[in-house]
Amino acid sequence: MCQVDEDYHGPLQRAEVPSVSKKCVKCKEATAAVVIRAGDAYCRGCFKEYFIHKFRAMLGKNRVIFPGEKVLLAVSGGPSSCSMLRQVQEGLSHNAHKKLRFLPGVVFIDEGGAVGQSVEERQRTVAELHAVFKATSFPFHMVPLEQVLDLPSSVVVTAASPSERAASAYKAAVDHFIQSDTTSCVTPRQQEETLLPDVQESHTHSLQQLIGSAKTLTAKEELLNTLRQHLLVHTARTEGYSKVMLGDNCTRLAVKLLSSISLGRGAQLAQDTGFSDSRYGDIMLLRPMTEYSAKEIAYYNRMFRVPAVFTASLDTRTADKSSIQHLTESFVIKLQADFPSTVSTIYRTSEKLQTACRSSSTEECWDRCLLCVCALDTAAENASAFKATLISEQLSQSKSPKATRPNPESTAPAGQCCSPAGGGDCGKAASDGGCCSSAKAPETAHLRSLLCYSCQLTIKDMGSNQSSVEHLPQYILSEAQRRRRRSQMRQEIRDFLLDEADEG
Amino acid sequence: MPVLCSNCVDKRAVLKRPKTGHSLCKACFFWAFEEEVHLTIVAANLFKPGEIVGIAASGGKDSTVLAHLMKLLNERYNYGLELMLLSVDEGISGYRDDSLETVKRNQQQYELPLKIVSYEELYGWTMDAIVKQIGLKNNCTFCGVFRRQALDRGAIMLKVDKICTGHNADDVAETVLMNILRGDIARLRRCTAISTASEGQGVVPRCKPLKYAYEKEIVLYAYFKKLDYFSTECIYSPNAYRGHARTFLKDLESIRPSSIMDIIHSGENLSVREGVKMPVQGTCNRCGYISSQSLCKSCVLLEGLNRGLPKLGIGKHHRLHDRILNQQPLTEKEERKLKSINF
Repeated sequence: MCQVDEDYHGPLQRAEVPSVSKKCVKCKEATAAVVIRAGDAYCRGCFKEYFIHKFRAMLGKNRVIFPGEKVLLAVSGGPSSCSMLRQVQEGLSHNAHKKLRFLPGVVFIDEGGAVGQSVEERQRTVAELHAVFKATSFPFHMVPLEQVLDLPSSVVVTAASPSERAASAYKAAVDHFIQSDTTSCVTPRQQEETLLPDVQESHTHSLQQLIGSAKTLTAKEELLNTLRQHLLVHTARTEGYSKVMLGDNCTRLAVKLLSSISLGRGAQLAQDTGFSDSRYGDIMLLRPMTEYSAKEIAYYNRMFRVPAVFTASLDTRTADKSSIQHLTESFVIKLQADFPSTVSTIYRTSEKLQTACRSSSTEECWDRCLLCVCALDTAAENASAFKATLISEQLSQSKSPKATRPNPESTAPAGQCCSPAGGGDCGKAASDGGCCSSAKAPETAHLRSLLCYSCQLTIKDMGSNQSSVEHLPQYILSEAQRRRRRSQMRQEIRDFLLDEADEG
Repeated sequence: MPVLCSNCVDKRAVLKRPKTGHSLCKACFFWAFEEEVHLTIVAANLFKPGEIVGIAASGGKDSTVLAHLMKLLNERYNYGLELMLLSVDEGISGYRDDSLETVKRNQQQYELPLKIVSYEELYGWTMDAIVKQIGLKNNCTFCGVFRRQALDRGAIMLKVDKICTGHNADDVAETVLMNILRGDIARLRRCTAISTASEGQGVVPRCKPLKYAYEKEIVLYAYFKKLDYFSTECIYSPNAYRGHARTFLKDLESIRPSSIMDIIHSGENLSVREGVKMPVQGTCNRCGYISSQSLCKSCVLLEGLNRGLPKLGIGKHHRLHDRILNQQPLTEKEERKLKSINF
């Protein structure tokens, strides 16, 4: 265990300083323009070819995108996703070596409201990206994160996946596509000129309240990630896309893997970081950029003028220790500077993890987390960290029958459910959403039982009192209620159900 | 205003539990901490009545607390175990000799038999002599590999059925992180297990009763119980890389105290894809100890030391194993590479 640093020493000492006039290692003719790894100097042309090949190879290797399929590219404006957009453009261009055969669209989720940007700032970002997207002539969708408040409950339910298509089907589909080649260029849809659908100020306010109800930046970021993913999936569904491409690069993924571990998401790790993620059933999330390091992307974007637009995130300009995600990022990047194989080693770990979804039955969703839609990992086995934590909590507080964590110093009044702060909001939600107010939001305890280990931690950081949980979007709360009603029903008829859960 | 203990709501709290954040009085903390270890032992079914259990004792805080708890719980809950202390003398003057004094005091205090096995008698090398040959780099590799086997050999000499070690939650979480950073998928999968499966002959099953105990709580426990332990860092351990993981873990803990348990939870729930190549457990052709190669790591390391090629066991030189087994000489070029670097 201790020799890790030593292992690197040999090659490090031997690595020569690249001289300015070095030749490209690939074509051995042109002058090298960029050093990707120690010793690997590429000229401009070869670097471009290498970069473009990698993208196509990634898609070719995995064979999940069928010809003619509609694929939504999630572009945040950052270098990685903008580079992905460019790769798709390259792949669809007429002189492409092996043309990509899918129909792309672009989506941008404007999170300015959650981050606390002014309307003017948001408009500026959107305008810049609008110009970028317009230049691609792909159809695109500008979606403000506020729309997450109006999502239907079906977002957090795994939809039935289209029947498993076998590997042979892929080949047949390709052949069929080539024969019936209808000069499949993308038909650029007429873009309406509105930059961003109008966002009501009250919606922005509710969103901020929701994000603000999480007490730690760690939980805020987790919450934001979850909401963003829900909105992406929903947009894909309503616009008829069946795949969503995410721009996570290798560096980003290594950070994500390590922070997921630290957040207790070990069970969901493969889905969070793998190439393809089918937790939503009908919509598959893909990560085609995972073979590129952040450095390679930066080189490419600079050399080939890929525009990127800076957008602030929650942890922009915060201290290293402000959140687990941010700490992990600076840890990995610092370590990478000293030990150049850090990122790729961590990334390779993700390739060795199980990606297959355990349960294929999609009708009932007892075993799926209400927030992240992954399989639940909270079946309390006897000797487990989860159980041990529960025991510790039980043993360190008074043995009163009250289940949810009582606050030792201030015993909260019994009728805490509708505190004055949450009261107004509650009423509002009822007026436009429907059912809430009288039924009240489901108890925190019940809500937690629907969540995976890690999402429970996020909700825990939203405080133990009821009102903060009520800030959760209506689609989550009503799905929670639905699941509760279903589980009550199931409880009642339990004795008459034949054991069918074990099958399948 | 004094804070009241959140458990008995009667006495004044003297500490805030690092694990849960609750304020507890001394008695309630002792009770909770002991009860947790007991429940871990019961839940994981670690011991059976009548077994002889060796406690790996270094004299440090973890093993001191472990020895104390094992004795206490064995009596309180009638585990019916016969306990023994087992120590390894690595031969580090100014460090291990001092900590072994602590172990000896513990032995008298707890009235448990003690067995000390030394690197010198097992391998013919003390750590002092090893460091003299290879310098301060990689020495922890030797020490770690040798200790694992030394404990097993000591356990066999004592005829114990099981060894328990003082690994705490922080250690386990740190190991999870380390194995990810090293890309060691096989160890990543194993490292969160509370006990090793009986791995075959020559290997005594091990377990970690303190697996879910926070390091800080172990120190708090030892502090309030006024336990006698030795708390000096090893003089030979610069160990830079693990240090990064440790600092990272402590930073995580300061952001979210449950992080340590969260990482263990992650580790426990990782599933490895089918078809990923895993090392197969075999036995060493020379000494018969478990090994995934034809020669076990400690035989390779020892061979390197005896041939004056200390780097033989550092990094991977599997292709040399056959020749080592047959006592054949290495080529000059290979020898030059494996000699220690002179500064």
